[in-house]
Amino acid sequence: MALFLVNVLDGFVTGLLLFMLCSGLTLIFSMMGVLNFAHASFYMLGAYFAYQISLVTGFWAGLLIAPLIVGVIGALIERYGLRRVHKYGHVPELIFTFGLALLIEETVQFFWGKSQLPFSEPAALDFAAFAIAGNAFPAYKVFMIAVAMGIFLTLLYILTKTRIGMTIQAALSYPETVQNLGHNVPLVFMCVFGVGTAMAGLAGVIAGPVLGVFPGMALQLGSIVFVTIVIGGLGSLWGALVASLIIGWLQTFATAYDITAEQVLTAIGFTKPELIWDHPLQDLWTLTLPQLGPILPYLLMIIVLVLRPQGLMGNRES
Amino acid sequence: MSIASKTPLTAGTTRLISLSNAMPWAFAALFLLCLPFVFQSSSALTIMNQMAITIVFALSYNMLLGQGGMLSFGHAVYMGLGGFFAMHVMNMVEDGLWLPLPFLPVVGGLFGLVFAFLIGSFSTRRAGTVFAMISLGVGELIAACSVIIVVFFGGEEGISGDRTMGPPVFGYEFLTQQEVYYLTVVWLLVAALLMYLFSRTPIGRIANAVRDNEERAEFVGYSQRNVRWISFCASGFFAGVAGSLFAINFEILTEENLNLATSGSILLVTFIGGAGFFVGPIIGAVVFTLLQTVLGLHTELWALYLGILFVACVMFFPSGFAGLIAMHRRPLALGNLKLLIKPYLKVAVPAITSVLSLAAILEILFHKRHGYGGGHEMHLYGIAFDSGAYQAVGLAGIIAAISLFLVSRVLPEIREAWDSANHAEDRV
Repeated sequence: MALFLVNVLDGFVTGLLLFMLCSGLTLIFSMMGVLNFAHASFYMLGAYFAYQISLVTGFWAGLLIAPLIVGVIGALIERYGLRRVHKYGHVPELIFTFGLALLIEETVQFFWGKSQLPFSEPAALDFAAFAIAGNAFPAYKVFMIAVAMGIFLTLLYILTKTRIGMTIQAALSYPETVQNLGHNVPLVFMCVFGVGTAMAGLAGVIAGPVLGVFPGMALQLGSIVFVTIVIGGLGSLWGALVASLIIGWLQTFATAYDITAEQVLTAIGFTKPELIWDHPLQDLWTLTLPQLGPILPYLLMIIVLVLRPQGLMGNRES
Repeated sequence: MSIASKTPLTAGTTRLISLSNAMPWAFAALFLLCLPFVFQSSSALTIMNQMAITIVFALSYNMLLGQGGMLSFGHAVYMGLGGFFAMHVMNMVEDGLWLPLPFLPVVGGLFGLVFAFLIGSFSTRRAGTVFAMISLGVGELIAACSVIIVVFFGGEEGISGDRTMGPPVFGYEFLTQQEVYYLTVVWLLVAALLMYLFSRTPIGRIANAVRDNEERAEFVGYSQRNVRWISFCASGFFAGVAGSLFAINFEILTEENLNLATSGSILLVTFIGGAGFFVGPIIGAVVFTLLQTVLGLHTELWALYLGILFVACVMFFPSGFAGLIAMHRRPLALGNLKLLIKPYLKVAVPAITSVLSLAAILEILFHKRHGYGGGHEMHLYGIAFDSGAYQAVGLAGIIAAISLFLVSRVLPEIREAWDSANHAEDRV
């Protein structure tokens, strides 16, 4: 039971981290109709910038400055790159962001090399916040939960309660009408893109010490982020939250419980063949749940797409 | 985007291949058959084989992207699966199954077709973003499975085979690189011709219609999903053929053959070449393979240059190299091409200088940051110098600035020449 609780908390942290990426991505998607393939690359940039800044000033300044730089870069890319490609249609836009992801990965390798960087959590948070039956829960993870929740609540407040949020929501559905009312819609788009990428950058900063800072970190998370917003329903913020948490828990529990296929198959009533290493079904017998963990999100996505093509909470199909 | 048929209403009713259409194919065949007499070294043959495989793969990818309007991030799955099955069949041949090696690509292609049929049944319902996302998910799923299902995919070291164990064909056992080259080239020609003919059939034409306006195609009476599905299956078949050719050439297949990186690079190849043109992927594959092999020998930064080229291509010339060439058809028809030669030559020198000097800046900075063995001695363009010295970067920077300035000075002249070359009445 105690282990279960620890895993629930761990999965919650992973899910919230995913959500920080997914929320920006899904906002950008519902605004411009373009899936930003490079979103996870901004997450990586956030981590790398924070590392570089932390060398000079320590962790906390990096936490503040790195997302700002990432947000500015994101806004500039929207203004001078994406807007230019926009006139060719959605598919070239998607290809553009894909090229951007390649380019950012290469650029990061150009400056920081291919190996993992020693980016660790601040000493102030390097202690166990509490323990559940002997399993210590690090204070840094509590901090991660707090930051992610804070971001989520702020975003919710801005989007639903403030005038800017109203304008953004209106620009989502009726960009031309909002433009005619005198709002600068392209500027709104640019700001949303900037804020979305800044959030991805922030996620990178707080995830860096836990998940590692290396050139593959964008690719590692990038596909999962897409899968998440497809499962949640493209353009749905609540769907993104639900799907992020589901995937966070799915992956955490899959790695935590070492259930092997052998146990399951024997329990059902099959007998294990004697010479397992020459058997055509050897992979089935030696399969374990932690091995299956990485493919579960993709399986879930295919099941959702076949049964409910608009996603869990989406209300439109494309 | 594509070359529109001059008489759309009679498309499919006229003869498929006229003499003028057949000539380029005959020339291509002759050219490919003569190539080994020019480039005889084993490494050159390997590069040419790799190029041929990439061409088949890119052409099959363009059946989706260029002709069907489907952006796929997981096309390597069909090439990889076709290749893995071909490799297993090759190993069965070693154990006594009778199958001459030249027919192996048919087997791989059929497996590619089967998987495209299965996956296409749910992925082709929608085009655009949804299709792209599903293709990405399926691609990641299969790539992740390849590490788990060790019996079939061989885990991290992959599976290997021996192509020479099959029955000899007219006395050839495919021991030498040259024999394999001819096998690959024949398949390249057959596959390219079949894909070209597919694009001329009514179903190929309807695929274009669905790409351009799916709603209208539905009203005319074609199910957009079925049209996409058929294109998808055909594309899967040829991707499987490419995979089998890979298996025959390299005799090893690993997880790398079906992961996201391979799928991404074939998108890059096709787009750089020009997705709107049948020859686009061919140009793209040739350029990409040359960059990868020749440039890759000289610099570690080739992937960065490729990324820059790709992003520049999407932003500034989205119809690719083939599009740039096709732009000159009108001046050619007007007989004005000679007007462009002088300004082109004028811009070529500073343009090439600026590209080389910008690359030099990157190379020097990279060398300084990740110098090998701590040494700062560096060789670039035949010059040896100390990469730590600021003079080196400074000199490269000054040259780059001057040449870029010269390029910007020549640009208005080019624009003017281009305008007058495209207008018949200006030719006085």
